[in-house]
Amino acid sequence: MTSHRRVDTAGLVIALLLLALSAAVFWDMNRLELSSVYGVGPKAMPIVVGTGLALLALGNGVVAVRGGLPKRETVDLTAILLILGGLGALIALIALGGGFILATATLFVAVATAFGRRAYLVDFLIGFALGTFAYLLFAKLLALTLPVGPLERLI
Amino acid sequence: MDVFISLAQGLTVAIQPMNLLFALTGVLLGTAVGVLPGIGPALTVALLLPITFKLDPAGSIIMFAGIYYGGMYGGSTTAILINTPGESASLATALEGNKMAKAGRGGPALATSAIGSFVAGTLATAGIAFLAPYLVELAIRFGPEDYFALMCLAFVTVSATFGDSPVRGLTSLFIGLLLGLVGIDLLTGQARLTFGVPELVDGIEVTTLAVGVFAVGEALYVASRRHHHEEKLEPVRGSLWMTKEDWQRSWKPWLRGFAFGFPIGALPAGGAEIPTFLSYSTEKRLTKYPEEFGKGAIEGVAGPEAANNASAAGTLVPLLTLGLPTSATAAMMLAGFQQYGLNPGPLLFAEKPDLVWGLIASLFIANVMLLVLNLPLVGLWVRLLAIPQPWLYAGILVFAAMGTIAANPSVIELLMLAVFGVLGFLMRRFDYPIAPAVVGLILGPVAESQLRRALQISLGDPVALVQSPIAATLLALTAVALLAPFVMRGLDRFRAVED
Repeated sequence: MTSHRRVDTAGLVIALLLLALSAAVFWDMNRLELSSVYGVGPKAMPIVVGTGLALLALGNGVVAVRGGLPKRETVDLTAILLILGGLGALIALIALGGGFILATATLFVAVATAFGRRAYLVDFLIGFALGTFAYLLFAKLLALTLPVGPLERLI
Repeated sequence: MDVFISLAQGLTVAIQPMNLLFALTGVLLGTAVGVLPGIGPALTVALLLPITFKLDPAGSIIMFAGIYYGGMYGGSTTAILINTPGESASLATALEGNKMAKAGRGGPALATSAIGSFVAGTLATAGIAFLAPYLVELAIRFGPEDYFALMCLAFVTVSATFGDSPVRGLTSLFIGLLLGLVGIDLLTGQARLTFGVPELVDGIEVTTLAVGVFAVGEALYVASRRHHHEEKLEPVRGSLWMTKEDWQRSWKPWLRGFAFGFPIGALPAGGAEIPTFLSYSTEKRLTKYPEEFGKGAIEGVAGPEAANNASAAGTLVPLLTLGLPTSATAAMMLAGFQQYGLNPGPLLFAEKPDLVWGLIASLFIANVMLLVLNLPLVGLWVRLLAIPQPWLYAGILVFAAMGTIAANPSVIELLMLAVFGVLGFLMRRFDYPIAPAVVGLILGPVAESQLRRALQISLGDPVALVQSPIAATLLALTAVALLAPFVMRGLDRFRAVED
């Protein structure tokens, strides 16, 4: 019983990505020098991985053409963008010296909003409290180094 | 017998108050995360690794093991009460367990699950204790070519042999291997796949991958499909106790579940789903009350639950004796050991018997704690589920970010976290299994070093890889494991045509 399924474009994209990864591995490998020790050098594993990826790219491509990937439901893109945006904001805040507490509070609001809440201020305060608590616990009690910003300098 | 002496020594380590506290924290945390959706034992251990870096190794490892066992208990609670298994291993439990809960028999379902888990867990831990010395004896005779062959077998069985799609499983594995390539090659000092980024020179942290794929990926996935109907939470009505008939119908499934779970868990296979489903179908065939299956038969909860826990304990056998993780959670525990510079395997048994036997002894203690705590605290666990989903996932992501920042506060690390999150989301969306990637990342470099060591000793002669009988057998099994799924597919098609 062969059902005619449409070619799965997403699957083909995945296959192409795998092929690109394989190419990247081989390209990077060419920079390496052959070592003079007995046995295999640092090129061996990249060859194995690169070849494997290329073969799997083919395999995935075949599966995609046959429509063998599972059916997917629709995606709520806003939710995804909110979460990734929250992470981006966290990274930006830390990179620019905004500090741990502000960054985690922003992430908290972003993710809570992604899951449907619209209470921005309350969520920000909860995130703020979580961040402060974590900062005190980790930085003071467990002596870990966390990024310091204007708020942390007050503690 | 030596085992009893070692266990006794281990017990003296395990009952030290600090270690008891670690065990208690571990089981409580483990049950909590087992109950909560979106976070599991593997992710919890990954999140705790940077935080426990400065703590006592024995205590921390005991805590991780407690989390591991506790996670299994917690997953059963959600499976029974809201038909949402915490892990795929609890799927079978959910089948009959939730029906029992809907029929007002949630209490006995939870009870048989807890007691069965305890029985199987204790038996399995005893199995670990008795098997370990023999396996260590065997492992001492392993040369690098044997270890390499064993890892190849583990790679293939974890990714290809079990599961829906060998192609996708192998793809996931090779992605893990690719990530494992990044960094400095230890034998020659050359940097591979770093593309000029200095932070990548040390390689990719397992915790970053795990936290990214598990926490961020899961959050992205769940958030993107939020418009799903919610399962109703069944309140636990009536008594928690099992009737005499319940006991009579449960004890044999417990033992059979252990018999399925422990051996299969100890083998490098794809996870705990197989023994639980084997147990379920066996109980269905052997029951005196076949009409109850599908409506809430207690054997259908007792057997799979026992299988579940025995399988989780079984996974610790190859981890402790050979240093071979056969699941994502085991890979996290391996990372936990490595964090303190410890390498599980025969050497660890010889050098630090206190730590290893202390761990095994505290597994017994953890089991008792879980039994005693879980039934009375069911109400508390259920209330955990009332945390609104937005806060739950926001909290998980905040902890994920915190853990990564605490371990390595660099922007690149956080970017990797985000990238792995997207990877985890895509893998879930397109049904690529995640465990092979984690196992590939953590075992790939080890396999490579064993391969190169074997070839260096043999001065480049590749025959050395198959000269040892152990290596040859394992490599042959690997080939079989790799080809079997494809051959079965081919045969299936012929069979379908004939029909």
